[in-house]
Amino acid sequence: MEPLMAVAIGLLYATAIFMMLRRSIVKLVIGLMLLSNAANLLIFTTAGMTRGAPPLIPEGMMQPPSGVADPLPQAVVLTAIVIAFGVLAFAVVLIRRAYEVVKADDLDKMKDTDT
Amino acid sequence: MRPEVALPVLLPLLSGAISLLFWRSRPMQRFVAVAGNIALLMVSLWLFVATLSDGYVTMQMGSWPAPFGITLIADLLSAVMVLMTAIIGLAMGIYSLATTGRGHEKFGYYPLMHLLLAGVMGAFLTGDIFNLYVWFEVMLVASFALLILGGERAQMEGAIKYVTLNLLASVIFLTAVGLLYGMVGTLNMADIALRMDEAEHTGMVEVLAVMFMVAFGIKAAAFPLFFWLPASYHTPPVAVSALFAGLLTKVGVYAMFRVFTLIFDQTMGYLQDIMLWGAAFTMVTGVLGAAAQYEFRRILSFHIVSQIGYMILGLALYTPLAIAGGVFAIVHNMVVKTNLFLISGITHRLQGTYQLKKMGGLYRERPWLAVAFFLSAFSLAGIPPLSGFFAKFVIVRAGLEVEAYVVIGIALAVGLMTLYSMVKIWNEVFWKSLPEDNHVPETTTPKGDDGRLLKPSLWMMYLPVMVLALCSLLIGVLAEPIMWVMMGIGDQLFEPSGYIEAVLGVAASADDVLLEPSSGVAAPGANAEEEAP
Repeated sequence: MEPLMAVAIGLLYATAIFMMLRRSIVKLVIGLMLLSNAANLLIFTTAGMTRGAPPLIPEGMMQPPSGVADPLPQAVVLTAIVIAFGVLAFAVVLIRRAYEVVKADDLDKMKDTDT
Repeated sequence: MRPEVALPVLLPLLSGAISLLFWRSRPMQRFVAVAGNIALLMVSLWLFVATLSDGYVTMQMGSWPAPFGITLIADLLSAVMVLMTAIIGLAMGIYSLATTGRGHEKFGYYPLMHLLLAGVMGAFLTGDIFNLYVWFEVMLVASFALLILGGERAQMEGAIKYVTLNLLASVIFLTAVGLLYGMVGTLNMADIALRMDEAEHTGMVEVLAVMFMVAFGIKAAAFPLFFWLPASYHTPPVAVSALFAGLLTKVGVYAMFRVFTLIFDQTMGYLQDIMLWGAAFTMVTGVLGAAAQYEFRRILSFHIVSQIGYMILGLALYTPLAIAGGVFAIVHNMVVKTNLFLISGITHRLQGTYQLKKMGGLYRERPWLAVAFFLSAFSLAGIPPLSGFFAKFVIVRAGLEVEAYVVIGIALAVGLMTLYSMVKIWNEVFWKSLPEDNHVPETTTPKGDDGRLLKPSLWMMYLPVMVLALCSLLIGVLAEPIMWVMMGIGDQLFEPSGYIEAVLGVAASADDVLLEPSSGVAAPGANAEEEAP
């Protein structure tokens, strides 16, 4: 499972960077979305993938038996998903406003503040 | 249980929430904003005094023992940063009362400002690396919203670059955190530092160190990653510009100081050269960029970049003295840079423009403003006895001790170039007479966005400017006790065992944690959890 995930994550990162380098601001935001998803999957994978062993403490014991899945990365990924969702919602509104103001879906037309 | 370390985070969140409750009442929001800032300054002072006497103040959130819960920890560096942030926050709170347009206030300017402060404070005080990411995001989201308040074209264009590059930095940071967790199986920074020494040294450690360097480098606006900053910082309302200039990039620098002294201290030999030259190029490109500009806030934005170079130089030289100098530079820069932006706001109010060519004659018209600018600008350039001189002096001295002559030469030359830019502003804005073709309508009684007269509130703009200028002077005059604190910071950062012990309790309990060091990427990082009593 891990090699497959690694390839998928690599592809996601590559696609995201490719999209971000396009001129269109819509594609820029799509790139950002893919990028945050790639990071989430990466955390999920690097922490080790364990199947069928929920981290539950059996009754009468003080700690879970060894070999259970690590719950922490899942909590971390959950937090990261929520954050990415909020930030991307903002980014979508931002590009809509920018499109209204600049009247173009083109980063090359947004260089007034660069020089 | 040490409440003073949690309060600087909780108070701005609370005052932000309270001002949200008074969404429709502007006077109430303004009152809550300033009262919240004053309270924040109080608790920050409390924290600073506590840290001075104890060295470290820690608190485990929810009483989960470290490294399982989230630790809040203030060492001297955090406490100094928190104190400076609170001072800047209060200055901004008062200044905003006079400069924020009614439209901005209606759309939640004050709650956002407090949210931003909470994010900054949280980033300074957390001892957990994922929590650091979360606070970065809190800070970023608030800054996104503040940046586009008003919705003008320039703001949108600047914001797209700002948002994209900062999100990219966040994702790199998050990726690095994920990989780091896979390697050491913990998120607590002190615990990571402990296990880093045990972990087998494959090339992964260097890769991670570089990822952190890039992520924080983007946030700190270091060369060659700074382009979002001069493209966006001059676009929002001036109070927002000043707040960003004083706080945001410094959080990135702080994170660099923290991570590279605590976690990646063994890789410093490898990274030192990269960082050293990065710092040198940051200084040079920033100051050269500023030399080409004739817009008040753009010059200042480029100088933020240039000054970041000095701070990173302090870290890159990597001796206790150099780190002390780097932190001194951060403290000095927070005061002075904010103040210069505030002054640009006043001159804009008086003359209706940020273009240097169209301004003039303010020395005759407002001599005290000229004095405040003079103090801040010359402090930035490093003229004794102002604060910038001592920051630069300490860094240069530390550099000479390790015989990094070329970089130190560059740092000194950049100081001269800074002086050139500041003299340019001085000549154009204060010294030369107002150009004939600029008919500033009624310079003394300008009107706000909504047409109300703004003259009575000018003192609210002057007050923070004067206080901050005085601060810069005081930092220069009281350089010795401040330097004593800075040396304490240098020693603490250079000897992270104190930090680790403060977080994990006595050394014995740290050994317990280390019973089962996880190895390799594939091993589940659950070991830490299984040992929870």
